[in-house]
Amino acid sequence: MEHTPPPFFKRGPAPVLRLTFFALLSLALIVLDARFRYADGLRNALALVTQPLQMVALAPAAAAGRIATFFTSQSQLADENAALRAKLLDATLSAQRLEADAAEGARLKRLMGAAERVKGVSAAPAEIVYNARDPFARRVFVDKGTREGVVAGSPVMDERGVVGQVTRVHTLLSEVTLLTDKNQAIPVQVARNGLRAVAFGGGASGQLELRYLAANAEIVNGDRLVTSGIDGIYPQGLAVGTVSRVERDATNTFARVFCEPAAGIERGRTVLLLTPSTSVAAAPIPDEWSAEKPREKASGKGKRPRAKEARGP
Amino acid sequence: MGPDGRQAILRPVRLSTIAVSFAIALLLNFLPWANLAFVPDFVALTLAFWCVRQPRIVGLGAGWMLGLLIDVGNGVLLGQHALAYSLLAFCAVTLSRRILWFPLWGQALHIAALLLLAQGVGALVRLAAGAEFPGWALAIGPLAGAALWPLVSVVLLAPQRRPNEVDDTRPI
Repeated sequence: MEHTPPPFFKRGPAPVLRLTFFALLSLALIVLDARFRYADGLRNALALVTQPLQMVALAPAAAAGRIATFFTSQSQLADENAALRAKLLDATLSAQRLEADAAEGARLKRLMGAAERVKGVSAAPAEIVYNARDPFARRVFVDKGTREGVVAGSPVMDERGVVGQVTRVHTLLSEVTLLTDKNQAIPVQVARNGLRAVAFGGGASGQLELRYLAANAEIVNGDRLVTSGIDGIYPQGLAVGTVSRVERDATNTFARVFCEPAAGIERGRTVLLLTPSTSVAAAPIPDEWSAEKPREKASGKGKRPRAKEARGP
Repeated sequence: MGPDGRQAILRPVRLSTIAVSFAIALLLNFLPWANLAFVPDFVALTLAFWCVRQPRIVGLGAGWMLGLLIDVGNGVLLGQHALAYSLLAFCAVTLSRRILWFPLWGQALHIAALLLLAQGVGALVRLAAGAEFPGWALAIGPLAGAALWPLVSVVLLAPQRRPNEVDDTRPI
């Protein structure tokens, strides 16, 4: 006869053993997700559980919003209507002017024999639902997902300029990484002289930083920055920001250039999701970029050689 | 008499109570809060509670699974919360006998240390993965969570309390 303890004393493996097991499992997942992005299948499977909960959690806020809309007074609406009409007139005027300018630009380009860029950018409005619960990154969720045909990598803008980029798409929601996120980069061009650079997010400061610009680069305070479009993701000519501070130091090879984003990055509610303008040729991407989050190009293809373009003309 | 003084004997816990409490905690975590810095992590708090109260039912496995759900729901690095919650569950299970001997505010102090530890581990993981340090406001959430501990204890133990009309002919 065996002398084993009664079953109510059996407690499975020792707690320390269990902790080691789960900690190693977590670390393995972290490495797989951060370095190689192999964990997306698991992420999508688990999203089936979390998404209904998230939808339920969003319902009260949405209902409150609807009730608030219902009680908006008529005078408020009339005021807003008048303001919007004035804005529309203004916008129509500049749109007409832009059309004329674009036609002229195309003519000139043809004259110069430059390759004409295809400009079939389509846009879909979306609303920001909530900020991601993650103090380490600047991300928001918008209310359009795969069901509405959103693709990862789409540029996101508001009425004033670029806000960020779709980094992950769920069925009903998409995750947008804001330009100010530390790991987000966008290729820009100085509108005045065409100088190319890459703007990186400045994190908590809410600013952008232009890196790898030579100390003698021709850039001054107040220069407007627009997207250069050479990455094939952001269409050319969207407003990105204004240079607010240039530090040139004889001891450094590079100038430190900071700029204020043009869009109301942490403020607005409604944004536009653009489709990426062209398909991007796959290019190898240096190792130091793949740490944590070259996620902006989500689907794994279409890495652009950012380091190269950073050097600029 | 229970370890914490004047506590009555409780009825055995039902698994459905635990499941529902975790569902509500997840829901609270997913609410679109305006300012995240002051919002405690309800799932971590609930996990700590059940690990302290029912260490044989809720432990590392449950913590790890919940951590994964939080990681997916918040769209953060997969495994970040899983690691933090397994560590939290381990400490809570190990300390469960000790913690219950303290009055509620003493328990809350223990829980504050555990929640801070979990938050710290999560922060270390993210910093190692290349994120920027968001400032010491990170510590506010866990402290707010610990401040909620007495409330959570009362609410989550309510289903186990015996009815008021006690049968005097029974010994307990």
